[in-house]
Amino acid sequence: MYEDKRAAAPPLQQLTFGLADEEYGVDILAVREIRSWSRVTRIPQTPDYVLGVLNLRGAIVPIMDLRLRFGLQRESYGDDTVVIIVAIAERLFGIVVDAVSDVVDIDPTAIKPVPDMGAVVDTRYLKGLATHAERMVMLLDVEKLMRPEDVETLDAALPAVQDVEVAA
Amino acid sequence: MSAVDLTQFHKTFFEESREGLDAMEAALLALDSGSTDHELVHTIFRAAHSIKGGAATFGFADVAAFTHVAESLLEEVRSERRAVDSGLIELLLRSVDCLRAMLERSSQGQPVADAESEALRVELVQLVSGEVAVPSGAAAPAAAPAGGWTIGFTAMPHLLQTGNDPLRLFRELQQLGRLEVVRAFITDSAPAQLAELDPSQCHLGWELRLHGAVARGDVDAVFDWLDGDCELTVAPLVDAAAVPDAPAPEIAVPAAATPRPVREAAAASGEGSSIRVGIDKVDALINMMGELVITQSMLSDIGEKFELSQLGRLRDGLVQLERTTRELQESVMRIRMLPIASVFNRFPRLVHDLERKLDKRVRLELHGEHTELDKTVLEKIGDPLVHLVRNAIDHGLESPAQRKAAGKSETGTLKLNAYHEGGNIVVQISDDGAGLNRAAIVAKAQQRGLVAAGQELGDAEVAELIFQPGFSTAAQATDLSGRGVGMDVVRRNVRDLGGSVGVRSVPGKGSTFTITLPLTLAIIDGLVTAVGSERYIVPLTSIVESLRLRADAVRRIAGGGEVFHFRDEYLPIMRLHRAFACGDAVTDIERGIVVVIEEDGRRVGLLVDDLLGQQQAVVKSLEAHYRRVQGISGATILSDGSVALIVDVGGVVRLGQRSKAA
Repeated sequence: MYEDKRAAAPPLQQLTFGLADEEYGVDILAVREIRSWSRVTRIPQTPDYVLGVLNLRGAIVPIMDLRLRFGLQRESYGDDTVVIIVAIAERLFGIVVDAVSDVVDIDPTAIKPVPDMGAVVDTRYLKGLATHAERMVMLLDVEKLMRPEDVETLDAALPAVQDVEVAA
Repeated sequence: MSAVDLTQFHKTFFEESREGLDAMEAALLALDSGSTDHELVHTIFRAAHSIKGGAATFGFADVAAFTHVAESLLEEVRSERRAVDSGLIELLLRSVDCLRAMLERSSQGQPVADAESEALRVELVQLVSGEVAVPSGAAAPAAAPAGGWTIGFTAMPHLLQTGNDPLRLFRELQQLGRLEVVRAFITDSAPAQLAELDPSQCHLGWELRLHGAVARGDVDAVFDWLDGDCELTVAPLVDAAAVPDAPAPEIAVPAAATPRPVREAAAASGEGSSIRVGIDKVDALINMMGELVITQSMLSDIGEKFELSQLGRLRDGLVQLERTTRELQESVMRIRMLPIASVFNRFPRLVHDLERKLDKRVRLELHGEHTELDKTVLEKIGDPLVHLVRNAIDHGLESPAQRKAAGKSETGTLKLNAYHEGGNIVVQISDDGAGLNRAAIVAKAQQRGLVAAGQELGDAEVAELIFQPGFSTAAQATDLSGRGVGMDVVRRNVRDLGGSVGVRSVPGKGSTFTITLPLTLAIIDGLVTAVGSERYIVPLTSIVESLRLRADAVRRIAGGGEVFHFRDEYLPIMRLHRAFACGDAVTDIERGIVVVIEEDGRRVGLLVDDLLGQQQAVVKSLEAHYRRVQGISGATILSDGSVALIVDVGGVVRLGQRSKAA
């Protein structure tokens, strides 16, 4: 039984990165490229974690700060700041992380459910927990990060445009 | 032959057939309006003929069979054996619709014939066989003789050279009924010596019997392509004893007319959209490309071993490069430009149908059909225009009786006009009907609480009310209106295209709806403005003026608004840095620049830090990877590779209006 299961499920390759002293992983198949930080163009009326958009070979791609997305303190950006460009259903977006660490194979049968506690991250955005080389890796659910419905929820929390006072 | 894959030509066949059907429809409508031009009949016949030929060649048997019958009917009209009346035209128009639907289905690989097409085909068959009938005195004029037909078929020697094959004909006959070959013979044209026999010549004749209840028209149709290539005699089969009476084909006509095939479906079905481009446009591109190559080689020649003395040449080369690039860009854009005729052409039919349905009389005038528009705009402007035309006939034009009573001619006029104005395309829909019903609109607005009772409204304000969501003065939902699609949707669709729509109406004289659209969606002329460290592009077409204001020109309004005096009116000031939340911007009005922008006749002064110059901007979508943002219509990439956002003038003006109202 155990053997069968292993044969049916090949290892998942994950790109791991560090964020606020914790280690996260994204599916390597969703990663398009890794680039260093460059200035983005701010977009009005967006949640603060969406830093803006940049020109990725002609495409206008939004960039979000993962620390802000998870409600952490924002770090200052420098030449070492890493942006991972991820593609979900032909939509591209970039996530700003502290540092990229490795590409690791994760045995899918060894992925544990996320306990509803502990992690600083809202567990909604995690697919599960895995152990690699005795470190815990939190597997990120990138699709949920860009889900329109929670963009909507966040919009509702933001002041509506008409409330923005136009004149002094 | 059989090795050739015909499917590669299917797309062309569908395209050409659609064009043929459009031509048929247009000619039928022209016939309907009383024109007896013989050329029109020929046009219709030719179109039907080539659709049939194509359908048969590419294996769309159902389409071919249907067109076949329609063509037989048309042949009678062409040879003046049948008079054209409105009933016939109506039937042929329905046939055009039916064929359109059939082609649509075959292009999607669905079964082609359905109950509707079959019923219509039978109707056509009955008409054809009913009137041509068997020679005088023969019994049973309406249906075919139950027995069948005796067919004498003698090929002319050149029959095979015209691409005809007797076997194929016999196969077709077999589909009509049981085919019996009485005898086959060699004709007199055959050479006496076998050695002289030329295999490309046909010297055969046949005597055939076709048993079954077959219409004469169907038999003729089989031999239709052989005009002059054979000798043909068709006579009713007298000896019918051998064949039991075949029941006359009875096909249930669906009681309720099935909904007419919706043409919009064709557009929605996402068939890899293609474009037909005039060869001159392509030639222009190739020329430009040639020049670009020459300039490029000249520049690389200079670059090879550059000396300072060549600076002049380098500069010339760069100027030339810039010019050619700009021309190339324009030519490429021109490829996407198509005449608005493709949209206008659907209106004669629409008007024809509406006249009948609403019992009104309408004369349609089309102007400026050759005005060219971007393909994307063209595809999206159709529905709003259809809506406006429907409205104009349903609500705008009065019934013939009412018109007579008002001292107007019984036939109303509906005018569609397209023309260029500045960097825009203007499309006008005007009618000479009753105009907007001011009283009804105001009453409805009061009922809905949009207007306070006793409030005085200007004409423009009344007209503006009809663009409110869900606003309809129709007392009850008719077939045409009250389906929840209102003028607000029209306005939204037009706005999505970066255009605007307005209305002018004179009681008793009619209304004019004016749609203004940008030439293309892909590139705009913009003014680059700086707000803090951000760059925003303001579309040039919406800019009225840019000015510097003195601090004392600004007035505060209770509640926190700022206005300034501009040409006899007070305009609200919209601080862009505040609306877009830019931190490091100029907040002192005296140090910034106010750009007056206009949308739908409303003006707002936009406060920015500085103007950086004019630039053509290639519009990129924000939604492709992110989502729609209020006040922003898209993004573009500046020459340094950074992204600048394009201001949605309409959205920003609406923001301004709201904040003023608040």
